[in-house]
Amino acid sequence: MNFDRILIRYGEISTKGKNRNKFINQLKRNILDSLTGLSPVRIDAGRDRMHVLIDNTAEVDQILTRIEPIFGIQSFSPVVKTTKDLDMMKSEAVALVSSLVRGETTFKVSARRADKSFPLDTNELNQEMGSHVLRNVEGLLVEMKKPEIELVVEVREEGVYLSAQRIQGAGGMPIGTGNKASLMLSGGLDSPVAGFQMLKRGVEIEAIHFHSPPFTSDQSKEKVMKLASQLASYSGMVKLHIVPFTAIQQAIGQQVPENYTMTSTRRMMLRIADMIREKTDSLAIVTGESLGQVASQTLESMQAINAVTATPILRPLIAMDKTEIIDIAKNIKTHDISILPFEDCCTIFTPAAPKTKPKLEKVLFYESFVDFEAMILDAAANIEVHNITPHTLDLDEKEAFSELL
Amino acid sequence: MIYLDNSATTKPYKEVLSSFLTVSEDYFGNPSSLHNLGSKASTLLGRAREQIAEILRVEKDEIIFTSGGTESNNLALKGVVRANRHKGNHIITTSIEHPSVYNVFQQLKEEGFEVTILPVDRNGVISLDALEKALNKNTIIVSIMHVNNEVGSIQPIAEAGALIKKNSRASFHVDAIQGFGKVSLNISESNIDLLSLSAHKFHGLKGTGLLYRRKNIPFRTEQRGGDQESSFRSGTENVAGAVSMAKAMRMVRENKEKNEQLECFRKQLTEYFSSFKGVTIVSPPIKGAPHILNVSIPGLKGEVIVHALERDGIYVSTTSACSSKKASTSRTIEAMGFSFQTNVGSVRISMSHSTTQDDVQQFIYTWNSVIPTLMEGIKKS
Repeated sequence: MNFDRILIRYGEISTKGKNRNKFINQLKRNILDSLTGLSPVRIDAGRDRMHVLIDNTAEVDQILTRIEPIFGIQSFSPVVKTTKDLDMMKSEAVALVSSLVRGETTFKVSARRADKSFPLDTNELNQEMGSHVLRNVEGLLVEMKKPEIELVVEVREEGVYLSAQRIQGAGGMPIGTGNKASLMLSGGLDSPVAGFQMLKRGVEIEAIHFHSPPFTSDQSKEKVMKLASQLASYSGMVKLHIVPFTAIQQAIGQQVPENYTMTSTRRMMLRIADMIREKTDSLAIVTGESLGQVASQTLESMQAINAVTATPILRPLIAMDKTEIIDIAKNIKTHDISILPFEDCCTIFTPAAPKTKPKLEKVLFYESFVDFEAMILDAAANIEVHNITPHTLDLDEKEAFSELL
Repeated sequence: MIYLDNSATTKPYKEVLSSFLTVSEDYFGNPSSLHNLGSKASTLLGRAREQIAEILRVEKDEIIFTSGGTESNNLALKGVVRANRHKGNHIITTSIEHPSVYNVFQQLKEEGFEVTILPVDRNGVISLDALEKALNKNTIIVSIMHVNNEVGSIQPIAEAGALIKKNSRASFHVDAIQGFGKVSLNISESNIDLLSLSAHKFHGLKGTGLLYRRKNIPFRTEQRGGDQESSFRSGTENVAGAVSMAKAMRMVRENKEKNEQLECFRKQLTEYFSSFKGVTIVSPPIKGAPHILNVSIPGLKGEVIVHALERDGIYVSTTSACSSKKASTSRTIEAMGFSFQTNVGSVRISMSHSTTQDDVQQFIYTWNSVIPTLMEGIKKS
């Protein structure tokens, strides 16, 4: 089919009042960004929907795949434009519908006539188009309620628009409309999902990862970069801050009683994360914590850990079950990366029996014997920053291996 | 040298060999090792798997790397019957399968399975009616080869797949070893559950092959060990082998347009042999694989023809190379209803993407100068 435009229906943006234009403009920018490398397109944005006008119709399939993960889109449809000549409309409709039919398929026509000068009214249009398509495409059954194919015929001043597919969009809000937050990204299953949930609500993300060589390997660092890269496929780019954490972890190990090491470790991480957040103008910290999943994720633990900062800490997974989290991780393709067997700093220093109900006064007392502030400043001064885009790592690897394959 | 025994094995592409060498030298780590060398090898193996999955249009975790066709066939058949014995006891195959399928069925018969062997017609093709009649609720696997290795007949795989899905709960295994790259086959549209490939039949290396196993097909493997290949095929992965196979597959796919040329060579040879008195064409005259032509001189022995042509640097084969050292005749040619004489006198000419027009001309020239003298000794009956 020669689709020459894509109709995009907004999700929740449509309900926004005064900020609507800001949302629509951001969505427009995000769509244009996602199409870099392809031929230029024009975008006509209206109040409830926008049209992506395509000059190079050979690229339609690629454009459709790139639009699918963009947040802020409820659904979208590839559209064919024809002249207002009835025979032309009919033959385009037959071509369009037959390209979608697989075996027996239910079908209906929904005509709309914005151009009142068009000789046929809506009912007549439904009749004419419907009967012609039914006669010329095999396997169609008429069904008024919930048909598998709904052929939409829109007659407007400038021409007629035909579409027969409604593809589910990613939903959510356009990224960039919700300001920015710092995501604590371990190598596990939860934190990438938490990051994804925030992106979906339009929040841009910078990621922070704690690295303790040689207790954690280069592969575990690469794994985190891959996770960031996968998240970047939704947002275009993720800035990843890698914090050297060995010295602090060793100091905690020496100074703090074993059952409190986990609590202290988390507190130090949060302090560093908060410094990075402030420096990068983020407004909140995001974690993948889910209530009761491990010792650090009880309400008591959260209280003792959270005491280091007044910054809002957002925990989008807090009330989710592990199975729900795994389902999302599979959907967003971080699951297979997360389950790679490399130790991260959360798992490697885990005490045998961490306190599930740590007391704040006790932690403060244990920590008071070491000048953690100096160590934190030292770690913060040695952070590595990577700008990670979708598939950058893949490309490096692909290049190295392409000769061989 | 004119090599026309490509159904026995092909000459590896230079690029394939160089891939194998480079990987063996630079990425020799064990993919299960945690260090950098191991993870590089593991990533590379993953890339090879992805590329192969993309070429076959299947999922990457549906590919099991093996040591070749025989292992793939054994693994497929035994893997399915061992896991589905409770569902039924009946298994189906054809009379023209390669020994690595046919003999597994004989083994399973000894173990108590009920075996149906589908006959073929004069063109070496099974009847779909017979298949439909053979299927019943106890059937657990049907194994049908795509392209026959001895005569090049092509089985109606897509139609068979549809029948099997419609009329039974059986899994469908296809030995596609001779067909890959020469005759197209769509795995999902043909309802194929398991499919065997061997790299040395398409310019890859011996000792490398794969089994496609559709996700969720119940499967139990005999070989126990370190649970490599999703635990279906334990044993340290042959990374260099897998990578070189992926490369061979890509190159074969890129050479696809050469199949038309093969078709044309086969036509030239068929026309030549039809006008050559005393030669019987054993392969199906039309609708056969483009690279295989089996002909016979009843009254002569196939091996005499092989050795006569060999003296002039032309390499062909008697029936299938695997069985041609034994003094046995071809089961396939017998099943097609040819006489014993025709069977004994048969030779197979099998081409590849490297075969040229000159090779074909030279072959015809040599045949013309060598064979008539040999035929003088045949008794006129």
